[in-house]
Amino acid sequence: MEKLITEFSFGLFFWHSLIFIGLIFLLKKFAWKPILDAVEERDNSIKKAISSAENARKEMETLKEDNSRILKEARIERDKLLKDAKKTKDELIDNAKEEAKLEAQKIINQANISIKNEKKLAIKELKNQVSLISMQIAEKVIKKELDNTNKQEEFLNKLIDETNIK
Amino acid sequence: MTIVKSRFFILILLFFSHFELYSNSLEKNIQELEKEIKEYINHHVLDSHDFNLLSYTKEDGTKFYLGIPLPVILWDDGLAIFSSSKFKHGKSVVKSGENFYKLYHGKIYKTDSSGKIYYDNNKNVINTSPIDFSITKGVVSIIFVSIIMFFLFRNLANSYKKNKMMAKGIGRFFEPIVLYIRDEIAIPNIGEKHYKRYMSFLLTLFFFIWICNMVGLTPLGINVTGNIAVTFCLALLTFIITTVSGTKYYWKHIFWMPGMPLPMKIIMAPIELLGVIIKPFTLMIRLYANIMAGHIVMMTLISMIFIFRNWIGSSLSFMLAFFIAIIEILVALLQAYIFTILSALYFGFAVEEEHDH
Repeated sequence: MEKLITEFSFGLFFWHSLIFIGLIFLLKKFAWKPILDAVEERDNSIKKAISSAENARKEMETLKEDNSRILKEARIERDKLLKDAKKTKDELIDNAKEEAKLEAQKIINQANISIKNEKKLAIKELKNQVSLISMQIAEKVIKKELDNTNKQEEFLNKLIDETNIK
Repeated sequence: MTIVKSRFFILILLFFSHFELYSNSLEKNIQELEKEIKEYINHHVLDSHDFNLLSYTKEDGTKFYLGIPLPVILWDDGLAIFSSSKFKHGKSVVKSGENFYKLYHGKIYKTDSSGKIYYDNNKNVINTSPIDFSITKGVVSIIFVSIIMFFLFRNLANSYKKNKMMAKGIGRFFEPIVLYIRDEIAIPNIGEKHYKRYMSFLLTLFFFIWICNMVGLTPLGINVTGNIAVTFCLALLTFIITTVSGTKYYWKHIFWMPGMPLPMKIIMAPIELLGVIIKPFTLMIRLYANIMAGHIVMMTLISMIFIFRNWIGSSLSFMLAFFIAIIEILVALLQAYIFTILSALYFGFAVEEEHDH
C-alpha cells in the first residue's frame, strides 16, 4: 500500500485526467453521437420497414377476404337471378298456355255458335225447300188426284214418309 | 494462422528488447543477472521520463540507448522545462534556474550541485521532489491511444454518412462492439430511460482500457492501465459520475435504508457509505493489479529463457511465455469489459427510481 502511494505520479494523473476527459467530449461530439444516432436511425428504419410490410400483408389479407366475400355474394346473386329468370320463364309459358287455351276455347265457342247459326239457316232453307218441294208435290198430287184419289192418298203418305225431316 | 504468426513476431521483438539482458548474460554470473532482471522489470512496469525502445552495453562498457527523449515539466515555485535527455539516464544532475535535479529510479529529486541522494534508516530517499508534470512515456502513450481512438471512431461515424447507414472498413469490426456495449452493458444495467447520458463515458472507457491493454502487450513496453495514477483517474470519474447522478432514492438507500428496523438503519448507514467509496476503489485496484501482474509474469517468463540457458528450460519458458501472452490478450479484453460493466452497474444504482421491492 505504501509502495502504491509512493508510486503514484501526480503528473500522470493530471495529464491523464485532462486527456481522458477531453477525449470523452471530443469522441462524444465527433464519434459516439453520430454513430449511435446513425445506428438508431437505421434500427428505426428497419422497424418501420418491418411494420409497413406487416401492414401490407394484413391489407392483402383483408383484400383477399373482401374479394372472396364479393365473389361469394356475386355467386349468390347470380343464382338468385337465374332462379328468378327461370321462374319468370315458367310463369310466362304458363300464362301463354293459359291464354292460348282460353283463346282456343273462345274460337271453338264461336265456331260452335256459327255452326249452330249455319245449321239453323240450313234448316230454315231446307224447310223452305221442303215446303217448296211439298208445294210442287202437292201440285203434282193435286194434278194426280184428279186421276185417282186412293192412289193419290197412298202416294202422298209415301211422299211424306220419304221426306221425313231428320 | 496470421494471428499466430503476428504473435510470434511480437515475441521475437520482445526478445530484441531484452537484447541488453542477453549480451550481459554472457559475462555476468546468475545472481547478478537475476538482480539486473528484477531491476529491469521494476523499471519497465513504472512510468519513465523517456521513451526507450532498447538499450545495450557497448564493448567499451558504456551503455547505448535507443529512444526518444521527452519534455520534463516541473513545478517548483516556478516552472522548469527541459528535455529528459539532460538527465543522461540518471547519470547527470540538471541545473534549471537556481535548482538542481536528479533522476533516481524513475523519480526526480531536488539535490545539490553534486547530485547527492540522502537516505533515512529504512533506505528511503529523503530528498524533496518537485511536482512533476512531465510528459512521460505514459502520457505519450495516452495521447497516442487517444489519437488512434479519435480517428478510428470518427472514421466509423463518417462511414455511416457515406454508405447509407452501413459501416464500412474497420468500422464493421467496431460497430458490433459499440452495439454490444449499448445493448448488453448500458441498457440492462442503467435502464432504457437514462442510459444515453452515460454512453459516451462507457464507450470511451471501454475502448480506452482495451486499446491501452493491447498496446501494453506490444514490445513497445508501454504500461498505461497498469499504472495506479491512470486507474485512479478512471475510477475517480466513475465515482464522480455516480455521485453526481445519484437520485434521492439512491441517497436514501445509503443513509436511511427503508424497510429496516431502526438499529439496523443506524448500523447500515456507515457500511453503505463505505461501500460508495469501496466500489470505485476496487475498480482501480482490479485493473491496476491485473495488468501489472500480467506484465510482470510475461517479463519474468521471457527473462527466464536467459537465466536457464539450456534447451529444456529455455524452450519451456518460451512455451509458457507464449501461452501467457495469449491469455493476456484475453485479460486485456476482459478487464476492459469488467471495468465498463461495473461502472454501468454503479450508474444504474445511482439513477434507480423508487419501485416496490
